[in-house]
Amino acid sequence: MKTLAELLATHPFFRDFSPEHLELLSGCASQQRVDEGDFLFREGEVAKAFYVVRHGSIAVTAVTPHQGLVTIQTLGEGDVLGWSWLVKPYRWHFGARALEPTVVVGLDAACVRGKCDQDSKFGYEMMRRFAQVMASRLEATHLQLMNVYENRS
Amino acid sequence: MVPELYRVQRVRQETHDTFTLELRPQSGAARLTFKPGQFNMLYIFGTGEVPISVSGNPTGATLVHTTRAVGRVTHVMSRLRAGDVIGVRGPFGAPWPIDLARGHDLVIVAGGIGLPPLRPVIYHVLAHRGDYGRVVLLYGTRTPEDILFRAELERWRARFDLELHVTVDRGTPSWHGNVGVVTSLIPKAPFDARSAFAMICGPEVMIRFTAMELERRGVGTDHIYVSLERNMKCAVGFCGHCQFGPHFVCREGPVFAYDRVEDLVHRWEV
Amino acid sequence: MTTQGAAQQPDARPPAFLEPEHFDDVIQILRRRGYRTIGPTRRDGAIVYDEIESAQDLPVGWTDEQSPGRYRVRPRGDHALFAYASAAHAWKRFLHPPNLQLWRAQRTNGHVELVADSAPPPRYAFVGVRACDLEAIRRLDQVMMDGPYVDHVYRALRRDAFLVAVNCCDPSGTCFCVSMGTGPRVTGLADLVLTEMVGAGRHFLTLAAGTASGQEVLDELGRRAATDEECRLADASVEAAAQNMGRSLAVDGLREALANSPEHPRWEHVSKRCLTCGSCTLSCPTCFCSTVEDVTALRGDATERRRLWDTCFSVEFSYLHGGSVRLSPRSRYRQWLTHKFSTWHDQFGVGGCVGCGRCITWCPVGIDVTEEASVIRQAVPLPGSTGPMTE
Repeated sequence: MKTLAELLATHPFFRDFSPEHLELLSGCASQQRVDEGDFLFREGEVAKAFYVVRHGSIAVTAVTPHQGLVTIQTLGEGDVLGWSWLVKPYRWHFGARALEPTVVVGLDAACVRGKCDQDSKFGYEMMRRFAQVMASRLEATHLQLMNVYENRS
Repeated sequence: MVPELYRVQRVRQETHDTFTLELRPQSGAARLTFKPGQFNMLYIFGTGEVPISVSGNPTGATLVHTTRAVGRVTHVMSRLRAGDVIGVRGPFGAPWPIDLARGHDLVIVAGGIGLPPLRPVIYHVLAHRGDYGRVVLLYGTRTPEDILFRAELERWRARFDLELHVTVDRGTPSWHGNVGVVTSLIPKAPFDARSAFAMICGPEVMIRFTAMELERRGVGTDHIYVSLERNMKCAVGFCGHCQFGPHFVCREGPVFAYDRVEDLVHRWEV
Repeated sequence: MTTQGAAQQPDARPPAFLEPEHFDDVIQILRRRGYRTIGPTRRDGAIVYDEIESAQDLPVGWTDEQSPGRYRVRPRGDHALFAYASAAHAWKRFLHPPNLQLWRAQRTNGHVELVADSAPPPRYAFVGVRACDLEAIRRLDQVMMDGPYVDHVYRALRRDAFLVAVNCCDPSGTCFCVSMGTGPRVTGLADLVLTEMVGAGRHFLTLAAGTASGQEVLDELGRRAATDEECRLADASVEAAAQNMGRSLAVDGLREALANSPEHPRWEHVSKRCLTCGSCTLSCPTCFCSTVEDVTALRGDATERRRLWDTCFSVEFSYLHGGSVRLSPRSRYRQWLTHKFSTWHDQFGVGGCVGCGRCITWCPVGIDVTEEASVIRQAVPLPGSTGPMTE
């Protein structure tokens, strides 16, 4: 049985994280199981955590006026889910639903934010990684917005 | 400059706007031979001529082209039926670097209608599987309905020697696969970034983002190849239409090493 | 720039002397040899290149005045035959016809047949090819027949053409061949090279052979050799012309400056004046772009495939999948100028401009390429800078 710190250490998102920082982070971590079809969180709810996916797959969903719930992105093993916990007012911009039985490690938002405030080096490491998550999300949105495959004629 | 006449053997509707033509020379002679990535000029009687990449097997019996009805000529082309006659000039252009990539991992990234020009590479690689390392095919489309060659992709996905991932920009309730842009598949794809060869074909914007993501992963710009498109009237460097900076896409392309065109690809209205 | 070297005169014979009133003999010899003689002639208030049957068809005693957006012909008050600059047309009209049938298709009972035109092409003699235009023909040769593919129509016309080149003594206000290294003295290969000396009470021609067929014509003409004095006078006229260019362009570093300045504010500046009419590309002696068109008979059973000159200034030129790549006039002007002075070098090892000045003269709003190119050459802005340009 691995400790949470050991589990986090094997996740690509925390590659090159120092053992002290992993220890710090694992104090905010808990493992969670989500059944197929269940929501981990819904759009508009208070974002109390972020998640790293260990097994399974998760659909990031949005509620749209005409089509109802649509999937905008799918995430799987090795991905990180959620950045709304980082920016006020800490509400989920999207929902997350398991597409199959899925195991995640949840990191408590208030706990992580508190540790970021206390240890600015740790805080910087976290921000650097989440900046990449947000940049990738922005790039993907940009591409989807341009609708590059659309037949223009 | 005079085309050879080919007879349509078979038409297959791939999606609502994309179709595949199987052609044989009207004369009964052998069809022209081509290298993966090359294109032909297809001429429709009284309508016009357009450049279209070959999408078929380099060793197949018929000449196969897949295209989307998007302009005047391709719309008329989409109404062709078995037995109709069209003109073919070719093959033209520089092929994918299938020889250079021998012995290396191969990452093939296709977006939308960018899969047909890459399909001959996959046929070639599967026929010479031992010549290559790991082979990854990443394919993105707008919706699940836009996926081309679906039955074939499903067959390929069942293989142990080809890693295939398909993703769509917009999911539908019945779609259980990946949702997200094709670039999102790159970080986790199994290939050795230091030595792999990448081949990208799709809309120019998709090519730009994909090349950047591959670079981020560590693939050298001299190992990334892209297939570009420009208006073409002659395909042999006389008409001037296909100029892309100093390059004639018809002769030097359509397949370019990314490091030769990187600056131009990131520039507007070239 | 070298003087006429031995390479152009296989047996290094001195040029022949010819009185202007006997120049018709040259034209008649060429016509007897089966050439269609094409030369300068005055039509619709301009000097153009067209079929000439005798020396009388030449613009005898006329010259031109050219400046940005302006062209006029006026009488000189003498009987000079070649005392003017670039004609309104370029020779490409004959070698790379503006409207050409490539092939025909005939459909009978579902069976289609394609037929290429097999009629022998005309044999042209071009009379009065100025140094800049001779160089322009050489640059077209590179595009149309010296590459991996050969345009057979061009090659057939070009191979059979007889060239009578002219050392230019009368540059216009828009000429800059000296800057481009293409004139006013003929340095390229021509069958005959002619110099016309007018002034100081003298008027005569000298004719030198550059090829064996040129020498045959000279032999048939049977004139005495020009004296050293006559050669010296003719030479001085050409030398004077070199000092008399209407414009100049510093080309040192221009190729690189254009390649590195796609976002120069000058592109926006010029695009505000440019009408994107394409007059410059039509009048340019090296612009080679073309499009193709199907012309279908009303009954629909026969169609002709035709090639037409095209211009990179049109929006349709770069059409791709329901849209055009170069939508803004800015990007289209940039494409043209950058191609002429920069990417042409990448493609063919030389530039695409010969300094004939036609694009300046025939631009309806008088845009001057030498000015546009100079501004970009001089003021390469720092990357990302959008500051004001220096002029």
